[in-house]
Amino acid sequence: MGQDSKIRVLVAKPGLDGHERGAHVVAYGLRDEGFEVIYTGLRQTPEQIVSAAVQEDVDVIGLSILSGAHLSLTKKIMEGLKAKGANDVLVTVGGVIPEEDKKTLEEMGVAGVFTSGSKIKDIAALIRTKLGKNA
Amino acid sequence: MIEAARKSNERALAKLISHVEDRKPGWKDIMKAIYAETGRTCVIGVTGSPGSGKSSLVSEFAKQLGDMGYAIGIIAVDPSSPFSGGAVLGDRIRMRDISTYKNIFIRSMATRGMLGGLCQAARDVVRIMDFAGRDIVIIETVGVGQDEIEVVSASDYVVLVTYPGGGDSVQAIKAGVMEIADIFVVNKCDRDGADVIVSEISAMLDLSTETVEKIPPVIKTSTFTKEGIDKFMEILSEFIQKKEKGLHFQEEHVRQEVMSILETEMVSLIKEKISSDGNMEKELKLILSGKSDPYSVADELIKRVAGI
Repeated sequence: MGQDSKIRVLVAKPGLDGHERGAHVVAYGLRDEGFEVIYTGLRQTPEQIVSAAVQEDVDVIGLSILSGAHLSLTKKIMEGLKAKGANDVLVTVGGVIPEEDKKTLEEMGVAGVFTSGSKIKDIAALIRTKLGKNA
Repeated sequence: MIEAARKSNERALAKLISHVEDRKPGWKDIMKAIYAETGRTCVIGVTGSPGSGKSSLVSEFAKQLGDMGYAIGIIAVDPSSPFSGGAVLGDRIRMRDISTYKNIFIRSMATRGMLGGLCQAARDVVRIMDFAGRDIVIIETVGVGQDEIEVVSASDYVVLVTYPGGGDSVQAIKAGVMEIADIFVVNKCDRDGADVIVSEISAMLDLSTETVEKIPPVIKTSTFTKEGIDKFMEILSEFIQKKEKGLHFQEEHVRQEVMSILETEMVSLIKEKISSDGNMEKELKLILSGKSDPYSVADELIKRVAGI
């Protein structure tokens, strides 16, 4: 019986911003890369995102943040994951992220920061490399 | 992992589901190990045309059942892309209200394009949730294909959701789910035309059902105005109580389950055999050169796999 493993990604928009376009583009782009993308919609709380990530057993969380609150939101989510023993989940952040905040995010444990102009192929490649999965 | 899932640890339950869904080595041993401790949960299948409001309705009644003290599992099925094999699973968007409820566990599943495989994988996930102490498991799926109909037919009770305004909603019902639905819901009844749909469905049921007692209820609901939700909950509660008393079609379900496992296993056995035998290249050449035909080749391959 062959294995049928897929890379599962949660694309989530935490906090108060309604700009969904980028999240949609990434969600559909990763689907075309063969990933299973769970999209949860706008204005999610960090608790909702952590809970969805645990229940869906995703390999990756892609956060889309354009509100400027990326540091505090990401921090809460990283802490939430840790509290649930799910800190092995890869976290990436996309959106409007100032250059000087990238390092801070990476220090929090974020695996990749993708701002405007990033290529879906690069996002997918980073995910595959970090997970060591080719699905 | 199994022990932690038994205690309803969310992460362990999620990992167990992935292991079985991905068909990782040992998945069948997991299923064998937990089988004896399952069969208690009430499985409610929810199907209907796209856009009929299934997810919102599920969100609404799962919340109420959760408030009544039941532990709920939700399996939301969406199609995989036949081209990339990927999927966008969006049912959680409508379920945000219940996404952090302590006793509600939501899992999105993609169909993964396996022949008959979805059905078995979904059944397996139901069993795992059952084992992990979920009193009620809700399977939600778009009711457009045979696969999806099989998924809901694995449920104890089937809710068919339709709505006014989708011109083809009654057409969609005709396509084969009519027979397996235990309750018909005309959702979005705050819109015009709900009564027409109700009478169309009732008329069709009158034609197709033999006895009056067997006619399933047809009700109007709106998750927006909350009209009809109480009535819906009443009927659901009756179903759940019946299940608790053990009044369901166990033998038929077990028969279907064995058949489903057999079908999936046979297909993968055939595929394995074919790929180990050189991917049918010889046979394809025979067909292309006019020396054989697809039917004879299929016969021949089946003989080889079955060893007869």
